[in-house]
Amino acid sequence: MELCSFLTIDTFITNPLTHDFMRKALFMSSLVAAVCGFLSSYLTLKGWALMGDAVSHSVMPGVVVAYALGLPFSLGAFIFGVGSVALIGFIKQKSRVKEDTIIGLVFTGFFALGIVLVSKIKSNIDLHSILFGSPLGISLSDVKQTVFISLLVLVLLSVFRKDLMLYCFDPRHAKTIGINVFFLHYLLLTCLSLAAVVGLQSVGIILVVAMLITPGATAYLLTDQFDNMTIISVLSAIISSVIGIYVSFWFDLETGGSIVLAQTFIFLFAFLFAPRYGLFKFKKLISGYKK
Amino acid sequence: MESTNFQNFRIDVENICVDYNGKVALYDANLRLKPGQICGLVGMNGAGKTTFFNALTGFVNISKGKIRINGESLRSAQIYQSIAYVPQNEGIDSQFPVNVWDIVMMGRYGSMNILRCPRESDVQAVRDAIERVDLTEHISTPIGNLSGGQRKRTFLARAIAQRASILLLDEPFAGVDIRTEKLISELFIQFKNEGKTILLSTHDMIHVREFCDLVLLINKTVVAYGETSEVFTPENITTTFGGISPDFLFGPES
Repeated sequence: MELCSFLTIDTFITNPLTHDFMRKALFMSSLVAAVCGFLSSYLTLKGWALMGDAVSHSVMPGVVVAYALGLPFSLGAFIFGVGSVALIGFIKQKSRVKEDTIIGLVFTGFFALGIVLVSKIKSNIDLHSILFGSPLGISLSDVKQTVFISLLVLVLLSVFRKDLMLYCFDPRHAKTIGINVFFLHYLLLTCLSLAAVVGLQSVGIILVVAMLITPGATAYLLTDQFDNMTIISVLSAIISSVIGIYVSFWFDLETGGSIVLAQTFIFLFAFLFAPRYGLFKFKKLISGYKK
Repeated sequence: MESTNFQNFRIDVENICVDYNGKVALYDANLRLKPGQICGLVGMNGAGKTTFFNALTGFVNISKGKIRINGESLRSAQIYQSIAYVPQNEGIDSQFPVNVWDIVMMGRYGSMNILRCPRESDVQAVRDAIERVDLTEHISTPIGNLSGGQRKRTFLARAIAQRASILLLDEPFAGVDIRTEKLISELFIQFKNEGKTILLSTHDMIHVREFCDLVLLINKTVVAYGETSEVFTPENITTTFGGISPDFLFGPES
């Protein structure tokens, strides 16, 4: 029905904006995308994709417990997010099991605990919105908290931007010149836990890892400059969110899934057509054609 | 009893032990180096060379012993950025999105403000360092597009820009071209004249004889330490390399 009404591209864009919930969803998702996109550069370069997966799933019981106790859900998420990494480190040190196996078992264990808690604790937690996100139905208190956390993470990442880059590139040099790598390690983990919390509102806990990995991976294919990588990562995350929300509005699709699919398509586009690192290496093709 | 003025030593390592989760990697290791000395760190793979560097950079904690740098603690050395570490090419992610300028600028981070905004003096130091290693035309080249030798020179430039008094070089001659090898040799002489102290690990015995005033042979602990002419003997080398004859390592000419 609605499909018939968008006769022009103009209507396609402006019509959803007449709805208050759509404006809010677009703003919130873009903010969340900016946070996750920024962080994504570091996770991609540090090789923390699996860690991102682990932390984003492990925050689940923290969110549930925080909701039940009336605490800010960021606090619960932070404790369980960092706790899961500490547990992974502890088991790795004290057993002969390999790290990827430990990560897999710890995060699924935490995730399962979260699901069990949701079913046991009587509250108004909507499991579906935690699992799949609900950017269109975000409440005012959630908006305030998400804006606060997002700005906090953006400020932290901006201030320690170069230190974190050095930490990802050459931690030993960072240590040698007196930079506190222990602090940077936990700063990155803290930002990861917080980003997982804000990201889960947008795309849900299952897909939040995509927000933390895909934009960085896309940007990594498109540039050899760290600053450009951050900018591309943030922009591709924001663009995907906007596309995802519009597509879900017009075609009545799950919003979280649409956002992540948009990100995946942008990544595939970069994978195929990135000038230097794409499958078809356009730069070479063009220079070959000119000759 | 002999009185020792710690200030005389750039590096003073006393009976250090390092273990990783209870597994001993290095024990009772000693080393004393003065300004202007070049020391070769020689041992097999797994003999503790990297662990020794890790301990000196504070990258691993020592379980026993003492490390003093310029007479002060390792923490002071980190704050004053007295130590520069030049990694092996293999130890670096060559696909990381940084270029020569970015990497050399990292040598200045320790003396910048928290946002790491370069001042004019930092820019000048980086430019001079890049010029000294002859990479001016590659200033914007991404690390992934550099040859092994150029990469090594980039990290040497970072150490120069840092203005450290102690240089730790992990296999400086491994996988480099003749041009880089010549440049590194020239830099060693300049560093020596500037009073810098150099500790380098190498598998190449000929380079030890060529450049090093002192040699530290290790195999989990110090096998022998002293002036190269005295310590670098076939017997000591055989002990260090677990019974392998120096003929095999140097060739029958040695």
